[in-house]
Amino acid sequence: MTSPDRRRRARLIVGLALGSAALLGVGLGAGSDGWSLDALWRVGSSPDAALIVGQIRAPRTLGAWLTGALLGLAGAVAQGLFRNPLADPYLLGSASGASLGVVLVLAASALSGHAISLVTAHALAHLGLVSAAFAGALLGVMLTLLLARGAQQSTRLLLAGVVVGVVLSAFSDLVTTVAPEAMRGKQAFLLGNTGFLGWGSCAALAIGVVAAGALSWRLARALDALVLGSDTAVSLGVHLQHTRLALVAVMALATGLAVSQTGLIAFVGLVAPHLVRRLAPAPAGYTVLASGAAGGALLLLADVLARTLIAPQEVPVGVLTALLGGAYLIWLLHRRAAT
Amino acid sequence: MLAASFDDPAPSWRPAAGGHVAVTAARVLRVGRHRTPSLAAGPARAGALPWPSVRPRTLARAITRVLASMLALWAGASLAAPADTLHDDRGEPVVAGPPARRIVSLLPSLTESVCALGACDRLVGTDRYSNWPQSVRALPKLGGLDDAQVERIVALHPDVVLVSTSARLAERLEALGLKVLALDSRSHADVKHSLFVLAQALGLPAAAQPVWDAIERQTRAAAERVPATMRGRRVYFEVDTTPYAAGAQSFIGQTLTRLGMTNAIPAVLGAFPKLNPEYVVRLQPDIVMAGQLELQTMAQRPGWGALRALRERRSCGFASDRYELLVRPGPRMGEAAAVLADCLAALSPRTDGSP
Repeated sequence: MTSPDRRRRARLIVGLALGSAALLGVGLGAGSDGWSLDALWRVGSSPDAALIVGQIRAPRTLGAWLTGALLGLAGAVAQGLFRNPLADPYLLGSASGASLGVVLVLAASALSGHAISLVTAHALAHLGLVSAAFAGALLGVMLTLLLARGAQQSTRLLLAGVVVGVVLSAFSDLVTTVAPEAMRGKQAFLLGNTGFLGWGSCAALAIGVVAAGALSWRLARALDALVLGSDTAVSLGVHLQHTRLALVAVMALATGLAVSQTGLIAFVGLVAPHLVRRLAPAPAGYTVLASGAAGGALLLLADVLARTLIAPQEVPVGVLTALLGGAYLIWLLHRRAAT
Repeated sequence: MLAASFDDPAPSWRPAAGGHVAVTAARVLRVGRHRTPSLAAGPARAGALPWPSVRPRTLARAITRVLASMLALWAGASLAAPADTLHDDRGEPVVAGPPARRIVSLLPSLTESVCALGACDRLVGTDRYSNWPQSVRALPKLGGLDDAQVERIVALHPDVVLVSTSARLAERLEALGLKVLALDSRSHADVKHSLFVLAQALGLPAAAQPVWDAIERQTRAAAERVPATMRGRRVYFEVDTTPYAAGAQSFIGQTLTRLGMTNAIPAVLGAFPKLNPEYVVRLQPDIVMAGQLELQTMAQRPGWGALRALRERRSCGFASDRYELLVRPGPRMGEAAAVLADCLAALSPRTDGSP
């Protein structure tokens, strides 16, 4: 490893840490009426300000970072696993599975006694949107694994993911056709929303970030070997089947958690690893963790912008991540074409 | 686009598919969950709430009453057991407390209901779609049900937040210590139930009955104005160009039935069924009703030129404000019935006005 490389990596990590810390601070001051720092100063004295900053802004801000981190992490794992820079965390059916879960809960009361039994409808309504989305995401990935007969072949896995995605989306479309009242909620889920994150959500997300981070750090050596191709990886002593399954599990866990709390936020998982690889080429372990930090910073930036751009109204955060991410990718393509 | 029609003109227009089976089932589910006959006994006793702040004697009396009614229930004499407490549509009881003074409403139909009950001045914020009466337009707009701005709502210090069921928002707001009332409005019965629950929460239990009576009166008056030649004609009411129609189970369909009209769409198809365009052409409804803009281009849809109702101008196109009134299940349902009756009266061959 050359020292300029090492310096670049160190610089990126410091930059991401400082940027994230600054954004976390900014997030506490970005309120529903634009910048309202006075609420911050009054936290100690007024219970109202304490409620707004402590119970709403703080968990929302931290939650946005954690969600972005999960997506960035999952994106880096996906791109490493598939050796494909276009891979994103939603690839293995988790997105469509989660949407189906959400739509079923939204439509439960309309479908009860008609397409599904009363007991099922009752159970669905009690399951809640978050759990249903998480269960749906995991179910989607499991279906993909079943269809691909394990995780051994990348192409098979990718194709199975696409098929499961299409089929599950078709099912949720079918449900919204029968119960159009679920449409509006589904639309909101597809757009993503960080506005409802509380401390409970943050705790779940934080556990997810720690678990997924630790797991992918342990799997980093295998990811590095996979970059050289399956045969080389095997010759380097990597147990392909177990490793790939473990990587898919990390992806599913991270994506499912993120999606269940905030809906389908676009582009963060795709862009964060690109950003990291471009700024500091490095072994997989570093790339995965730095992608997590980059994803967190990116989503938090989008969230702060969403709150303040047209305050007191809000821009959907998913629109902003797509715009920011899309603009970056276009710029990247343009640069590549020029050189 | 359907999604647009859910978001823009009438987000409270929340069709429930599945026909009478689903509607009944939902009702059963709702009642089953909290053992309250939602309408049978609720409104009539809305005034008396014995549970909070009980004195020993009242307690004894209450116990006796409960025992007596349980006995009655056991004997099969009465199904309307002790149902003094009203519930919202999640089954949460509406406890008598200090009446709500600061209200946030996140559904246009509920905003209208609050105003109709005479508490418009207590509203401190609404969703972005609430636009009636005029005075609510000036209130802070707090987003929609699915992207409501939690921070702004909390900052307004509402005593109660009005939402519809199945909104994740309710959970979050309750976690932040706010009182949430979830109310469905899919049918006439829902609207009535919502009015009584709201009146209870507002501390105006006597206000609901007059509002409901007015709706009933207006609807009856409208029904009397429908020309005899029009009665029983088969109406196709389109709520979306995809096309989605208002079936007999929907609140729009229920109003049409009250006006003595027949719904062209069989009731088994549900409240707001999505139809094959060909099916509508084959139905050949006697009268077509839709938004004005949609109606203008309707005949250009493939094959729809063959609809006799369109060719012979037996159709009602409603301007957007009128249309909004029609697709909003709230206290203006009586007014909506009048709008429908106006159209039917104008269509009657006996009147000499242009169709």
